[in-house]
Amino acid sequence: MSNSDIILRVKDLTVNYGGIEAVKGISFDVPKGSIVTLIGANGAGKSSTLRSIAGLVKPRSGSIALEGEELTGRDPTAIVAKGVTLVPEGRRIFPDLTVLENLRIGAYLRSDDLSEDLNWVYELFPRLKERSWQAGGTLSGGEQQMLAVGRALMSKPRLIMMDEPSLGLAPLVVKGIFEIIREINRQGVTVLLIEQNANMALKTADLAYVMETGSITLSGTGAELLTNESVKAAYLGT
Amino acid sequence: MEYAVSILLSGISLGGQFALIAIGYTMVYGILRLINFAHGDVFMVAGLMGIYLSASLPFYISLPLVIVVTVLLGFVIERVAYAPLRSAPRMSVMISAIGVSYLLQNVATYVTGGQPMTYPELPLLYDTVKVAGTPTKWAVLLTPVLVVILVLALTTLINRTKIGMAMRAVSKDFEISRLMGIKINSVISVTFIIGSALAAIGSMLFFTNYQGIYPTVGAMPGLKAFVAAVFGGIGSIPGAVIGALIIGIAETIIKGLPSAWDVSVFSDAFTFALLIVVLVFKPTGLFGEKATDKV
Repeated sequence: MSNSDIILRVKDLTVNYGGIEAVKGISFDVPKGSIVTLIGANGAGKSSTLRSIAGLVKPRSGSIALEGEELTGRDPTAIVAKGVTLVPEGRRIFPDLTVLENLRIGAYLRSDDLSEDLNWVYELFPRLKERSWQAGGTLSGGEQQMLAVGRALMSKPRLIMMDEPSLGLAPLVVKGIFEIIREINRQGVTVLLIEQNANMALKTADLAYVMETGSITLSGTGAELLTNESVKAAYLGT
Repeated sequence: MEYAVSILLSGISLGGQFALIAIGYTMVYGILRLINFAHGDVFMVAGLMGIYLSASLPFYISLPLVIVVTVLLGFVIERVAYAPLRSAPRMSVMISAIGVSYLLQNVATYVTGGQPMTYPELPLLYDTVKVAGTPTKWAVLLTPVLVVILVLALTTLINRTKIGMAMRAVSKDFEISRLMGIKINSVISVTFIIGSALAAIGSMLFFTNYQGIYPTVGAMPGLKAFVAAVFGGIGSIPGAVIGALIIGIAETIIKGLPSAWDVSVFSDAFTFALLIVVLVFKPTGLFGEKATDKV
């Protein structure tokens, strides 16, 4: 794969979290326009990886590059401005802000007209349009997840990272979320997804990495890993 | 009847002055979960600035200048004493605030030589007008009007503007606010700037009525404004205003009771007794959120 096809290149990334080495020198690439997933058990270092890409934690060493431009150690504001956004674990929408305000705050750094992108998000999630004047905290879990994704999209990202978007949601809602992930991807946004729901994630992803205790132990296309015996035993329960 | 009107009016006015200080406490708490112990002393410095600047400048220059200098002071205090401790335990920031409080008092003692100073008789504010037969300072009449205008302006800023939206977001979730691209430090600075500006305006109204200024003069109004903020539910701006009005009115009524009853000396104790009673029945204050801590 040539360099120009890689939107995000992570190299030898080490991240300390709470005194322990949560990420132990991992390297991976995210091809432009793809859906890439990192799967792994709780505590494997997936969240720490995303959080350091988003600039919320400073990596101890290694490099994170967006289309060749170094992002390592920069603050979240700069990283959002470059077009990398994170849908955090547990959704974490602003409960007191209205749905519309939650979407607007996703576009905080933008000073151009938002109406086009608001319409785009409302088309993806008609439910949000119906509730645009409601406080975010009054939405159901699934709707809050839609809002968190919509909020991230409002920054016009080139790369959207999602931390466990299916966590705590009913199976039907999870299906809807994954459909949206594919739809967003079809519209040109690269997706980096971390999931414990390995089955859904692998079915959706073009490229997948397996993380175990801070290291990447396996990689391949989603379809390859779905049939990999060790993945089946450890993550798919089949 | 006339006596009652004048008591009520000065109560509302005193309450309004407390409210202008209380907003600074409650906004800073709302965002940083910090009780800014230095706020009462910033109020005192605003009073001193009013004296020094008005001595050589006409009031239409000196008063705006007092606001500017006070705002600058609030901004610098936050940047120097609180911002470096952003990830330190909350107790450390509180101790830093106590330190700033004493620093300001000590500097005031040094500058004034510890002598009580007298606040200037500002034109208009100090002039008297007869209300219900009682001579009343314009400051007393103007305070409630000013408080209403300023609180409306402030709530519009918070609810209708982009920076206001950012303030509400930051007060809920630092980390996600950063993810949105909000510069936390700028939002916090804006909070201190607003709080200090209101304290400066409050100082002009308050010291026109109580003209003596000494280094610890900010302590009592500061403490009462803080009580008002807790009373109304700390973090809530309407709460702080209502709390301050209740405390101002209650205090003035007690001070106005017949001197034969000999209770006026207990007016401060009453303020705190009232706080305890309210907190027993409503631990989060009148308008407080149920969860007082960050989730």
